[in-house]
Amino acid sequence: MKELSLNILDIAKNSVKAKAENILIKLDETDETLTLTIKDDGCGMSEETVQNVMNPFYTTRTTRKVGLGIPLLKLAAEQTGGGIEITSDCETDSHGTTVTAVFFKNHLDFTPLGDVVSSVTVLIQGSPDIDWKFVHTIGNESVELDTKELREVLGDVPLDSYEVIKWIEDFLKESYESVS
Amino acid sequence: MKSLAELAAIREKMKDKVVLREGSGEIRVVVGMATCGIAAGARPVLNAFVEEVSKAGLADKVTVSQTGCIGVCQYEPVVEIFEADKEKVTYIKMTPEKAAEVVEKHLKGGKAIQEYTISNAIS
Repeated sequence: MKELSLNILDIAKNSVKAKAENILIKLDETDETLTLTIKDDGCGMSEETVQNVMNPFYTTRTTRKVGLGIPLLKLAAEQTGGGIEITSDCETDSHGTTVTAVFFKNHLDFTPLGDVVSSVTVLIQGSPDIDWKFVHTIGNESVELDTKELREVLGDVPLDSYEVIKWIEDFLKESYESVS
Repeated sequence: MKSLAELAAIREKMKDKVVLREGSGEIRVVVGMATCGIAAGARPVLNAFVEEVSKAGLADKVTVSQTGCIGVCQYEPVVEIFEADKEKVTYIKMTPEKAAEVVEKHLKGGKAIQEYTISNAIS
C-alpha cells in the first residue's frame, strides 16, 4: 500500500464485515510515533482466528485463498520498528475487535499517512448506517468527527447523500488546515 | 469554517428528496474495494464516481456502492454496472479519468465503453 490511509480503509472494512454498529478510528501522533487504533463492536474473533489473521494464507474471502489486509498492516508497522496487536472478544456482551498498530515516523521505511480524509469519507459513503468516530491527535491538537453528532442534525437524511459526504470532506480538510 | 448549521440546511433542502431516494437506483455502480482493489487505486475511482454522478445530475437514478473482492484481482480497480433488463458491464483497470468518461458516455449517454471492459481484455 502506498499510503497508511489505504491500510486504514482496508482494515476498517473488516469491522464493517464483522457487522459492527460503532467503529472508532484513532490516530495519535507524537514527534516520534504514530499509533493507529481501529476499534469495533462487531462479532469479534476467537483466539485461534486472531492468531490466523496474521498469516497471509488465511482469509475469510471465498474468491481466493490469500488475505493480505492484516499482514500488510503488520509489515508496514514492523518495517519502522513498530508492530501490531489485535485483541478480540466474540463471547461476551462487550464483543468486538481492536487493532492497534505503532509506527516509528522517523524511520526510513515509514509509509506516509497520505489522504486519510479520503479514506474516512469513503468508509462513511460505503457504510452510512454505521456510527463512525474519527479522532486524530497531533500533539495537543486534534481533528475529530463523530457521525452520531451529524445524525442528530441530519435526521432522516442519509450520510451517503452527496451533499453530506462533501460537507464531511470539507469539514475534515478545514480541521486539518487549522491544526497544521 | 464548516458548521453544523450547514448540515441543517442540507436537511431542509433534502426534505422532499428523501422519499424520492427510495425509488432510486435504476443503475447501480459497484466498485470493488477489498485489499486488492484498494491497493490498485480503487479509492480515487470511487470518489470520482460519487462526484461525477452528482455533477451530472444523475444522483436520483444512479447509486454508487462498494463491494469486496470480485475475483479478478489482476484487473483491479474493477467496477461493475448493473442496470435492469441489461447485461452487467464490468470495467477493469479503472482510473478517475476513465470513471468520468463512463459517467458521461455510459450512465448518461446509455452506451458502454467497450474498450475499458473485461470482455475487451479477454477476447
